[in-house]
Amino acid sequence: MKSKWLSGPYILWMVLFTIVPLGVVLYYALTDSITGEFTLANLANFVDYWPIFLRSIWLSIFATLICLLIGYPVAYYIAHCKPTTQRLLQMLIMLPMCMSFLLRTLAWVALLDDTGIINNFIRTLGLSPLPLIRNNGAVILGMVYNYLPYMILPLYTVIMKIDPRLIEAAQDLGCNSRRVFTRVTLPLSVPGIVSGITMVFVPAVSTFYISQKLGSPGTILIGDVIESQFKAAYNPNLGAALSLVLMVLIFVCVGIMNRFTSEDAEESMVTL
Amino acid sequence: MSQELIRLTDLVMEFDGERILDSINLYIKDKEFLTLLGPSGCGKTTTLRVIGGFLTPTSGDVLFDGKRINDVPAYKRRINTVFQRYALFPHLDVYDNIAFGLRIAKHSEQEIDDRVTEMLEIVSLKGFENRKITSLSGGQQQRVAIARALVNRPKVLLLDEPLGALDLRLRKDMQNELKRIQQAMGITFIYVTHDQEEALTMSDTIVVMDKGRIQQIGTPEDIYNEPKNAFVADFIGESNILDGIMLDDCRVKFFGRQFKCVDKGFDKNEPVDVVIRPEDIDIVSADEGHLCGTVTSVTFKGVHYDTIVDFKGFKWLIQTTDYCPVGSYIGIRLNPEDIHIMHKSEYSGMFGDYSSYSAEYDEIADAEGGEDEE
Repeated sequence: MKSKWLSGPYILWMVLFTIVPLGVVLYYALTDSITGEFTLANLANFVDYWPIFLRSIWLSIFATLICLLIGYPVAYYIAHCKPTTQRLLQMLIMLPMCMSFLLRTLAWVALLDDTGIINNFIRTLGLSPLPLIRNNGAVILGMVYNYLPYMILPLYTVIMKIDPRLIEAAQDLGCNSRRVFTRVTLPLSVPGIVSGITMVFVPAVSTFYISQKLGSPGTILIGDVIESQFKAAYNPNLGAALSLVLMVLIFVCVGIMNRFTSEDAEESMVTL
Repeated sequence: MSQELIRLTDLVMEFDGERILDSINLYIKDKEFLTLLGPSGCGKTTTLRVIGGFLTPTSGDVLFDGKRINDVPAYKRRINTVFQRYALFPHLDVYDNIAFGLRIAKHSEQEIDDRVTEMLEIVSLKGFENRKITSLSGGQQQRVAIARALVNRPKVLLLDEPLGALDLRLRKDMQNELKRIQQAMGITFIYVTHDQEEALTMSDTIVVMDKGRIQQIGTPEDIYNEPKNAFVADFIGESNILDGIMLDDCRVKFFGRQFKCVDKGFDKNEPVDVVIRPEDIDIVSADEGHLCGTVTSVTFKGVHYDTIVDFKGFKWLIQTTDYCPVGSYIGIRLNPEDIHIMHKSEYSGMFGDYSSYSAEYDEIADAEGGEDEE
């Protein structure tokens, strides 16, 4: 009975800062900005922003896949190091997370800008500068850079916990190292893959700062649109409606992914 | 049981400069049930892992069918293992766990199905095909592990304390089951255990190990009746071990008395260890006894009483069906064939005195032995 009371503060927190705000978002999304009457017009407006939704999702999926491809080998490597080395590498992975997100993104601007460090260097070599910034590639780069640790850490945790006896059992039953990986290690790391993907995809799809700094007006993301509704355009009702649609889309995406992966690993279900 | 299948020659294993195995020499015959027996940390699991291919010996050779296999990786050896705590694949169901090795070997689905079904029958798990591993009891997981290894029809099956996690009743059943499977399939079993009773029940040959060395190799009867040193005598069954002097062939002196025995070939007046099994001792009235002493404790064990008797300060364990109350003064008689003589060894004086014996002793020893050994 005691444990019930211990969770009290958190439940109160949840109600005050998650449930109530969600209600507020819902209220704004379903009311007219001027008259305050009930309307579905805000939600219907999302059709105008459909291409931006699609671009956000597409770029985030791409960034998530790159994170997975880079992150898995790194996580695998760390998990097989000596414990002291593991701690060191884990700290290195987390170190950028201690730096401000904004600062890290601005640092990329300084690197990639047309008059930035890289292009200046290229110019001194007598070559013409490269279009490194204000395109989709730069946005994806920013996403990968910022969210990679969120992919590596859950993968590392899961891979490290795989019982080494299972690896030996697979070898014992005739698996060479490639088969040990495809038949045992990879299937058993599915829970880590699922949470890694979720933890990268969800923040990536709703980001706005990265695309503002590294993207161009032609590559704005849905996060930028929502932000501008609250700050520049001041249409919180439309902003709230778009937020709702985005939330539903994220649920759908994560749901589809879980459907694909959860057959072998029911315990891996990541609920948002 | 005829041909030699595996041979270990001068096997040495060192981890970080610590010697885990010290010149192990051993051969294992085809279709034999061989048990590596010893306390935790004696090197038995290490020996098994060397044979399985999970460890490369520091020096010495592993021969399989006459060929050196030191450098052959585990997955290329015709040896399968039943791991301690099973190591079943949690992401696969019972059927897929058993079929794992066959799928790797790329057998046809038809053959896989036949062999898995046959195996499920042998281990009495029919109808469990699609069960999750986590939903099985310890005994069922155990049988899946055995089926998963045996379905590949290995030449040799290695078993690393496979019954350690099961309760007593199930353990007895599985002992019989394993012996039956081993005889039916004609496969060499190399079995690791710290449980001497298990070893005596199941094995054709027992290898007693301690401190990384082989202490004795022999049939269960040999090991029990003719222990080579105080360690083996104490580890296999209960033993009273006394200091004695071998006066001549078949004549030994201990407790200031001469006894007839059946052992020969010792030096004249050689100091020896004398082993007397607690169940071989006859209790008689004090005036008829070769030795007389006072009963200090009696524990009822079901079949017999564990009676501790104080002979001039040295306490013996006597297992008898006759109840002698604490404090009674009794005599004992010893027959020549019940007195076993051993050369002195590094273990002399370490075992065989029951001064500190208590009923809990067995359980404590079991609990320690059950721990993991790396």
